[in-house]
Amino acid sequence: MLRVFGLGAVLFGFWLLLSGHYTPLLLSFGVASCVLVVYLSARMDVVDHEGVPFHVSARMWVYFPWLMQEIVVANLAVAKIILSPKMDISPGMVVFHGSQQTDLGRVIYANSITLTPGTITTGVEGQEFQIHALTAADLDSKEQDEMDRWCTWVEQG
Amino acid sequence: MFLTATIGILVSMTLALVRALLGPTVYDRVLAVNTFGTKTVLLIAVLGFLTDRPEFLDLALVYALINFIGTIAVLKFFEFGDLGLTRRILRDID
Amino acid sequence: MDLAFAVVSWACIMGGLFFMIVGSVGVLRMPDVFTRLHAAGMTDTLGAGLIILGLCFQTVSGIVDGETSYWFVLIRLVLVDAFLTFTSPISTHALARAAIAGGVEPWTKEEAEGA
Repeated sequence: MLRVFGLGAVLFGFWLLLSGHYTPLLLSFGVASCVLVVYLSARMDVVDHEGVPFHVSARMWVYFPWLMQEIVVANLAVAKIILSPKMDISPGMVVFHGSQQTDLGRVIYANSITLTPGTITTGVEGQEFQIHALTAADLDSKEQDEMDRWCTWVEQG
Repeated sequence: MFLTATIGILVSMTLALVRALLGPTVYDRVLAVNTFGTKTVLLIAVLGFLTDRPEFLDLALVYALINFIGTIAVLKFFEFGDLGLTRRILRDID
Repeated sequence: MDLAFAVVSWACIMGGLFFMIVGSVGVLRMPDVFTRLHAAGMTDTLGAGLIILGLCFQTVSGIVDGETSYWFVLIRLVLVDAFLTFTSPISTHALARAAIAGGVEPWTKEEAEGA
């Protein structure tokens, strides 16, 4: 129930930010559309710990700056590969082991992997993450372990 | 300054279009169209500043969402040949 | 103060353009669809992020000058970048999965050298 009201509040805040019109008529339209969306989401049965993951949102703000920094580093590495005349790539499939317990944690980890250029998650089976890496030969497993630990930490939030 | 950014984005859009034309697989083309869409979002945003009409950003916002849903829809269509079928229904048919 | 904002936002936009064009060049140069996805990821993350950040500095400089309507522009810029950041890994993953399901064999260095 808390999630239902939380979702409604977030949606209405979003509506207020985007609308810029604050007359009673338009505000009531906004409230009506938010109620409709929340009703439809509840009917679709997506208002749960996965669809409305408020519990991870606090730790997400701590995790995100770290992820940003990783993205910048990976971007520079890929840019260097693309700009070098002979393009020294050794693409291949690698399997990672994730330590997340919930599906939500796995989603966060898989998307973080995909977001950093140079690695793409192509499939998840249980705890095994199938990764396509641009330079599979010299993939830094220490960095991946660190990301894995971060995602598990976020998931426990 | 915004003019330079606009030209730069247009140049990289042209490069993406070349990849869309070259292919060779259909996935390369979807990939090219997807990055083309991302660049369109940025082009709309920069154009809003260039013409001093930042309201354009609303269009960019909508385009970002449509681009994503469009890519997913096209891929789903390739995989299942139908937008309504899901994996579960297909399994039931088998 | 205005000059500082102008310089920083100029630098951000140029950096974003650099990553964007390098990403496009990568999409052209890479040998198969999976490796091209890595290059395309650059456009979606740092390319788009830096260009939006540069535009954000423009609006912040407008807000400092007392233009309150620029707050709405800033919010929209942040939302555009948030949407791009959240949707790009999902479409990348969907593309990679669809390509594997469609029977595309990943390009490997050994095969290319053997052939």
